[in-house]
Amino acid sequence: MLKVNPLRRYLREGSLPHFFCPGCGVAQVMNFFLSAADGIKLDFDKLVAIGGVGCTARIPVYLNAEALHGIHGRTLPWATGIKLHNPELKVVIFAGDGDAVAIGGNHFIQAARRNLDVTMIVVNNLNFAMTGGQVAPTTLLGLTTTTTPYGNREQPFDLCQLVISAGATFVSRWSTRKSYQAIKAIKRALQHKGFAMVEIVSQCPINFGRRALGTGDPSEGIQWIEERSVTIKEARELPEQERLDRFILGNFVEKHKPIFEGSSIYTV
Amino acid sequence: MRRVVANKRVLTGTHFMLGNHAVVEGALAAGCNFFAGYPITPANEISERMAERMPQVGGKFLQSEDELCSIFSVTGAALAGAKAMTATASAGFNYMLEGIGYAVSAEVPCVIVDVQRCRGENYATQADIMQMRWGASGDHEIIVLAPSSVQELFDYTIKAFNLAEMYRTHVIVMSETTIALMREKLVIPHLDEIEIVNRKKPDVPPEEFLPFKAGLDGIPPLPDFGEGYRILHSLNPHDERGGIHWDPDVFESMYERIVGKITHHRDKIVQTEDFLLEDAEIVLIVYGSELRPALDAVRRARASGIKAGLLRLITVWPVPEKEILAVAKRASAILAVEMNIGKYAGEIERIAAGLCQVVRVTKNQGLIHTSSELYAAIEGVVS
Repeated sequence: MLKVNPLRRYLREGSLPHFFCPGCGVAQVMNFFLSAADGIKLDFDKLVAIGGVGCTARIPVYLNAEALHGIHGRTLPWATGIKLHNPELKVVIFAGDGDAVAIGGNHFIQAARRNLDVTMIVVNNLNFAMTGGQVAPTTLLGLTTTTTPYGNREQPFDLCQLVISAGATFVSRWSTRKSYQAIKAIKRALQHKGFAMVEIVSQCPINFGRRALGTGDPSEGIQWIEERSVTIKEARELPEQERLDRFILGNFVEKHKPIFEGSSIYTV
Repeated sequence: MRRVVANKRVLTGTHFMLGNHAVVEGALAAGCNFFAGYPITPANEISERMAERMPQVGGKFLQSEDELCSIFSVTGAALAGAKAMTATASAGFNYMLEGIGYAVSAEVPCVIVDVQRCRGENYATQADIMQMRWGASGDHEIIVLAPSSVQELFDYTIKAFNLAEMYRTHVIVMSETTIALMREKLVIPHLDEIEIVNRKKPDVPPEEFLPFKAGLDGIPPLPDFGEGYRILHSLNPHDERGGIHWDPDVFESMYERIVGKITHHRDKIVQTEDFLLEDAEIVLIVYGSELRPALDAVRRARASGIKAGLLRLITVWPVPEKEILAVAKRASAILAVEMNIGKYAGEIERIAAGLCQVVRVTKNQGLIHTSSELYAAIEGVVS
C-alpha cells in the first residue's frame, strides 16, 4: 500500500493537485523547502509564504500557511510591510528568476541593502516558464527561447553577485541536482537573521529544455546544468570568459548585520 | 530640526496647521500604525511628518523605493493587522493602481491619499477623479472622500480609516494641491470624542473559518497573519476557502459580493452637504476645494435675488445618486463645477438626463475657480 508522504501535512489540501509539469524543478524545490522546514520544526502558524506570479510563485498556494500570491514582482514590498508590522512572523518568498530580477529587480536589491529579515528562495530556470518560455535576465548567451529565436544576445545576471554587492547577509546557490546541499542551505537561510537568498538552478523541461536544449527530457535538463556546474573554488581557477557559461555552486556569504526595522526609529 | 510634541497620538487642541500635516494627525488619531511613502511633491510633508510622528507613537515608517513598494508594503502590513496608509501625488498614484487592484481582490483595508497635481507641476487640479474610480484593473467599487479644507483633511482621513475597516476595502482621500499646501485653523478633539472603527475578526476557530465567506453584510471577517487561520490571499479568482479556483459562477458571485458590499451600503457610506438647496432653481454641484469659491458665489447670487443653491459631495465615489437625482428633479439647471476638462459632469448628466439642464463649469488652468467666475456662470444660466 502507498504511504502518504509525511511532508504532505504541510500542504494545503484544497489547492492540490499542483500544476507543475512532469519533471519540473519547482516541485523539487517545494520538497526541498518542506524538508528544510520540517527539519527545523518551522511553525506554519507563524509562517507567511509569499509568491508573485510565475511557476515558482505558485509554491505558497500549495503550502498550509498564511500566504500571499498573484502580483508579479512585488513579493518583497509585501514582505517589508509584514515584517515591519509584526517581526515575530517568519516570511519566506518563493520567486522565479523573472519575478526576482526582471520585474522585481529594484525591490530585490533594496531589500538586500536594508537587510530585511526574510528568506528568499529563487528558482532560476533561466526563462519565463509560465508564459511560454521567453528570454529572461538570467538566460545564458546564445540560447534559443521563444523571444530569442536566433539566440540570446543579452548578458545574463548573476543573482548571487547582485545581492552580495547590494548587502545581503546570507547568499547561496545550488541546483536541483544537489538536493542535499540545497536543503541544508535552505535550513540555514531559514535560521538566518537578515536577508537570506538561496538560488536553485533548475531544469524546465517543457518551456526551456525543448527550445534551448533541444530536449524535453527532465533528466537531460538536470544533466545539462550539472555539466556546467562548478564549485566556488573551481570557478576561481577558470578564465573569466568561461565562468560566464557556468553555474557556480556553493555558500557565498554568511554574516551578520543589523536587520531593517523601519526607515525612522525614534530617538530622544 | 524642529520636533513635534512626542509620544502623544492625538494632539488635542487648536492648531494652525498645514493640510498635509492635518492628514498625518488624522491618520494617527484614527489608529494608523504603518505608513509607507516615496518622495513626491506636493505630498512630501505627509511623509516627513510621518517619519517624525509614527515612531513616536510606536508605529512603523518606511520610505519605500517606489510607489509600488509603498502600496504593497501597506497591503502586507494591513493583512498582518496594521492600520496602514500611503500618500502620493497624481503621477505616483498611477503606479499604485496595481496594488489597488490587489487590495480589491484580497479585500485589504487601507487608506491611500492622493494629493492631485497638474502633469508633474504642483498646480491645482481635480484631474485624477476618474483614475481613482476606474484606474485599477478588474471590476471593483471604490470609496473616495473629497475634503475641502485643512479641518476636513483631518476629519476625513479618520473617516477613511473607519470606512476601510468597516467595509474591508481600500479608501482614497482625494486631496488637492490647494488644501494640502494651505495653512488653516485645525481643531483636534479629545481622544474620547473621536469615533474609531476596527475590522471585524472571526468568531470561529480556524478549522471552521471560510476566509472569503461573508454574512448578509457582504463583509468577511479578517484575522491577522499569525493568528493561526492560514489564509491564502491571492489576486486570482478564488472561492470562499480562498484557494485559487476557477468557476464562472463562483467568480461572478464573488465579485457581486465584493462590489455589493459597497453598493448595498451606499446610503450609509455616502455623505453630502446642502447649502440653500430647498428652494434653489440653479444648483452648483461641487466636490473638494471647489466648495470654497462655490459657497461664496451662491451667497452673492442670493444677494442679487437669484435662487442659487449648492450640493457638495463629500463622497464622490460611490456616486451620491439619490442626492443628485433629488436636485435634478427640483432645479431648473445644475452647474457641474470641477477643476479639470469636465469628468464628473458625465455622472451628473447621466443622473439628470431629461430632468434638468446640466452646464459644465470647468477650469483646467492649474487654478481653482474664483467666486466671480462661478457667480458669472450662475448669471449665465439666468440670462
